[in-house]
Amino acid sequence: MLHPQPHDTTQTDTIVELRDVTCGYSGQIALRNVSLRIPRGDFVGLVGPSGAGKTTLLRTILGAVDIYDGEALVDGRKAGQASVGYVPQLEAIDWNFPITVEQVVMLGRAGQGWLPWQSRAARDEAYEVMRRLGIDHLGKRQIRALSGGQQQRTFLGRALFSSPTMLLLDEPTAGVDIKTRDEVLHLLDELNHDGVTIIMTTHEVNAVAAHLPWVVCINGTIIAEGPPGEVYTPEILARTYNAKMTVISHDRMTLVAETPHHIGAHAASRHRTGPRHV
Amino acid sequence: MFEPLEYEFFVRGLIAATVVGALCGLIGVYVVLRKMSYIGHGLSHAIFGGAVVAYVMSLNFYIGASIWGFFSAVLINLTTRQRRFIAADAAIGIITTASFALGVALISRYRTFTRSFDAALFGNILGVDNNDLYAIIGVTVLTFIAIGFMYRRLLFTTFDPEVAPFFGVSTTWIDTMFSLVLAGAIVVSLQVLGATLIAAALVIPPITARLLTDNFSRMMFLSVFIGAACGFTGIYVSYFVDVSSGASIVLVSTAAFMAAMLASVVRDHLATMRGNEALATAPLEPGVTKEVIYD
Repeated sequence: MLHPQPHDTTQTDTIVELRDVTCGYSGQIALRNVSLRIPRGDFVGLVGPSGAGKTTLLRTILGAVDIYDGEALVDGRKAGQASVGYVPQLEAIDWNFPITVEQVVMLGRAGQGWLPWQSRAARDEAYEVMRRLGIDHLGKRQIRALSGGQQQRTFLGRALFSSPTMLLLDEPTAGVDIKTRDEVLHLLDELNHDGVTIIMTTHEVNAVAAHLPWVVCINGTIIAEGPPGEVYTPEILARTYNAKMTVISHDRMTLVAETPHHIGAHAASRHRTGPRHV
Repeated sequence: MFEPLEYEFFVRGLIAATVVGALCGLIGVYVVLRKMSYIGHGLSHAIFGGAVVAYVMSLNFYIGASIWGFFSAVLINLTTRQRRFIAADAAIGIITTASFALGVALISRYRTFTRSFDAALFGNILGVDNNDLYAIIGVTVLTFIAIGFMYRRLLFTTFDPEVAPFFGVSTTWIDTMFSLVLAGAIVVSLQVLGATLIAAALVIPPITARLLTDNFSRMMFLSVFIGAACGFTGIYVSYFVDVSSGASIVLVSTAAFMAAMLASVVRDHLATMRGNEALATAPLEPGVTKEVIYD
């Protein structure tokens, strides 16, 4: 378990402010009446079912959706104008693309300057970012030849190299094993302790409860926000996921458990009790 | 060996084929990685339509064909990006065949051409005059400069087009510039290779380079070198074997591809064998069994 910095509700230095925002794509509303204030240096998890609008909320902060009503401000400016490091879902990446780890990281500043190569200073900075992420020894390796955690770190490196005011991550723990998930969350926690504001979407409600100080439950709008221990209640989770969920509190830890279906007598009889030793 | 160099037309052809090979090798890297391999074939046919329109309107061939090709490439990019359920190959199929059909329709309507459209379709490298050569070299120099300036932005929009705008790289702007460069490259390559063989010059060198490296910048250098070398060798071969120059260039490129393919298979096989040897000699924990992989 990490030791997340407590969410400071008295913090006046706001980095993200959404004021009653209704937004979507090509006339289709994806989020309604969203008001959210995120202080600088915070570490926030966005949870909710698929299609709830988690990615749309990230894209609102990036300035990449149509805002029909309200106002979205990032670092005091209109969303889309501030420097934000974005780590997308990695499912869409073409892993066979002939590109190395250092080339991906250096794309973080592709929009700056017109020379085909990076300056020596920028290159050193890229390697400093990679060293911080523990991937500097993989600089010349093609991205397919990396583990899930290393791939995630590479794209995190691209976002960090752009010198962002904050990091937005879209499901950074999707499709990775439990060790890699832990590795990624520890790394994000370290970055947060270094002062980086982080907002991430995830389906891992228990990981959010264990690692993050603040959680926002979304389902078409914001259902609730607060520390996981306060927000994870059966009532709020039912409204968020439209499903009954059991919440277990143990030793200051909050766990969300699935409510099991009744297994029929026939199916149950086919399963032996106790572990099977191989 | 040096006998054909005594002929001026051969020297012009040799320079044209080498430069066009390098040009197509450069552009082809992006074409292949953007999964638009069919665009070389399609766009060269679309440009044929543009060439006919330019003739009918009494415009310069290069200007008319370039403008036509540019708008065709922009339309293909727009169709693919705006309507994601229309794949690039389908958009290319619709726009370029329509343009080609327009060219054919105009030819059948106005039957008094002086320019050889056979050359545009099948290439006529020995008919390359000084003006063609200047156009080829000029477009190639401009293309290398443009790609140099756009290098990092082009790489981003090719690798991760959805995310590039969040890092200050305009996908729309880069796509438009790339369409312009692509159209120019295909127009000047028409005379050398012809519409029917340009696709091969755009696709074979980068694919061959891809077999040899996992590094983008190395792939670009290799592709340009392979394209130029195949153009040069192809023209020489065509002189001694007495076959069509365009076909000769494509066949030499195919031979290079096959050699790279073979090298790649042998390299992977050796790597597997080395891996198995390491596995066979590695000390094992008690109770762990060995399994040698045969590929």
